[in-house]
Amino acid sequence: MAGVTFDHLTKRYDGVVAVDDLTLEIPDKEFLVLVGPSGSGKSTALRMLAGLEEITEGDIYIGERRVNDVAAKDRDIAMVFQSYALYPHMNVYDNMAFGLSLRKLPKEEIRRRVNEGAKMLGIEDLLKRKPRQLSGGQRQRVALGRAIVRDPAVFLMDEPLSNLDAKLRVQTRAEIVRLQERLETTVVYVTHDQIEAMTMGSRIAVLDFGALQQVDTPQNLYDHPGNQFVAGFIGSPAMNFFSGRLVRVDGTVCCQISGFNLKMDKQKEEALAKHLGEDVAFGIRPEHIVDRRLAPDAPPDAVMKTKIDVAEPLGNEIFLYLVPQLKLGEGTFIARMGPETWARPGQELEVVFDMTKVHVFEKESGLAIV
Amino acid sequence: MARRNPSAGDGTATAATAPQTPWLSRPLKWVSARAPLHLALIALALLWSIPTLALLASSFREPTAIASTGWWNIIKEPFDLTLGNYNEVLGKRGMERAFFNSLIITVPATALSILVASFTAYAFAWMRFPGRNALFLIVVALLVVPVQMTIIPVLQLYVDLTVETKLPLVGGNLFGINSFPGMWVAHTAYGIPFAVFLLRNFFGGLPRDLFESAYLDGASDLGVFFRIVLPLSLPALAALAIFQFLWVWNDLLLALILMGDPSVRPMTVQIQTLVSSFGTNYQVLTAAAFISMILPLAVFFALQRYFVQGILAGSVKG
Repeated sequence: MAGVTFDHLTKRYDGVVAVDDLTLEIPDKEFLVLVGPSGSGKSTALRMLAGLEEITEGDIYIGERRVNDVAAKDRDIAMVFQSYALYPHMNVYDNMAFGLSLRKLPKEEIRRRVNEGAKMLGIEDLLKRKPRQLSGGQRQRVALGRAIVRDPAVFLMDEPLSNLDAKLRVQTRAEIVRLQERLETTVVYVTHDQIEAMTMGSRIAVLDFGALQQVDTPQNLYDHPGNQFVAGFIGSPAMNFFSGRLVRVDGTVCCQISGFNLKMDKQKEEALAKHLGEDVAFGIRPEHIVDRRLAPDAPPDAVMKTKIDVAEPLGNEIFLYLVPQLKLGEGTFIARMGPETWARPGQELEVVFDMTKVHVFEKESGLAIV
Repeated sequence: MARRNPSAGDGTATAATAPQTPWLSRPLKWVSARAPLHLALIALALLWSIPTLALLASSFREPTAIASTGWWNIIKEPFDLTLGNYNEVLGKRGMERAFFNSLIITVPATALSILVASFTAYAFAWMRFPGRNALFLIVVALLVVPVQMTIIPVLQLYVDLTVETKLPLVGGNLFGINSFPGMWVAHTAYGIPFAVFLLRNFFGGLPRDLFESAYLDGASDLGVFFRIVLPLSLPALAALAIFQFLWVWNDLLLALILMGDPSVRPMTVQIQTLVSSFGTNYQVLTAAAFISMILPLAVFFALQRYFVQGILAGSVKG
């Protein structure tokens, strides 16, 4: 058992910076998810931790030990690959026992550990099979089992669910979390899927262009994104952004978007007042756009007239792609409403923004103001 | 299906529109479409087999028959076939010794070249070191150097390096001229460019994740090589083994130059001496040639499944 520390970690390939000065502390027994779009450096960071990539600058510690110059096999880690990387010529038992026998564990101990791991994952009946005789989900379990029997200080998982179908992915997501709680081992999990990140991580580190954007618990990331990238990346459908300018109208701070003045919430005024006259990005999540009919006491000047471009009913909720009658910048924005909002494309709809839940970011730096 | 094709449920409508009954027409169509291809392949195979068949037929004919009529007369009366040619070759002309010499040269030379080439190919495919690509290019470029051009320098080198200590059991010098180890080294060296080329491409096609997973599991490079790479490369190794075996077994040039002594001569050289001393005794030559073909044929048929797989390896994902 051990925590992991990235200390000013940098990776450069031929002048391209893959990981840029990453500093991150992962306490023991934490389930940390590294998330980001492709090319954000999350896999590179994981591979450096695994010892599969050279470190250009900075240090990695596993527990108290600096592992920069420690060979991959001596780092006391186990990794689950996206492709599972099962040895095709060995049966499941031998796949799981491979690492143990290389470490010269006694035969009895190997048998005990493999059987225990197989039982934990429900693959006892598959031990004699070759990987090609297994389904995708079974292979994935074997890959997990191979990591578990090693009993490592840290588990590394590189998009381990990407090759599963949607239903199995949801199921396995929960299983991996349960497994981690049971084994009480540190997990560093890489994914590009923000839903996986939100549902699995005890903390999430968001990366973009190799740089750490924010690290926090899933709920805090969602409620208080530190910058526009995080705000747009976390949450599905993504947050809507509008370009605007902060102005004071009749004593209240407003965000002016193409002539439409959105009155900001009183509690946010103080922070926003410092940025009066500046260009900002105004962000609102789809679920904070409300059907006018469900908010009868909304002030009339906060009501926005829109036309429905596309409606995506999901049964329990509906996604509406709305075109504002006053041009608010780029095309449509998305609202997420309950099924009681009966809506058809082409229809007009009056909506109200829940101004207590909006976000405002500096235009240039993207940093959050509120 | 039913929704997309509304008439499917309606028996009469379907029957009326279907031009033919499908269960009869389909196999017929298939046969007629494939027939030209199959006929062409059969014709080619027969054409290619004629010299071998001729050789086989002649090897069972009396010397007088060979001298007077063509080999195809074997199917005409009188059927006076004989094993005399084989008897003569095996008994009197040192062919037995030559057969064993061929084996003593071929088996170790094949094994050695595969071992060396697979180590080299692994390094070229998966180990990082400076000049890797340049070195690989040089090794592969050696494929275009004709063997004949290298004969004189190699012969001079071998004459200089000859160690005239007789090997126990098999005989011959310890190294250099008239030496089995000398032949092993020479054949390995000549075989390596192609072997490395074939194996590097095969090894390079193995998924990187497997190697990384094995490293993390605690395997060294040698461990990865023996426990992951070799078992997964059996088809390629078998194909290479057949190639190399055939080349070495059928080699006349190197053996003629480096293995002149009758006690160490392989079959090819021995047969060649039959030609010069019995230029007219054609029937002995046919039997000898056929004996020399038996082992390669056996090897090929035993490993042919791998042979095809190995040649396809890399192009088709297994």
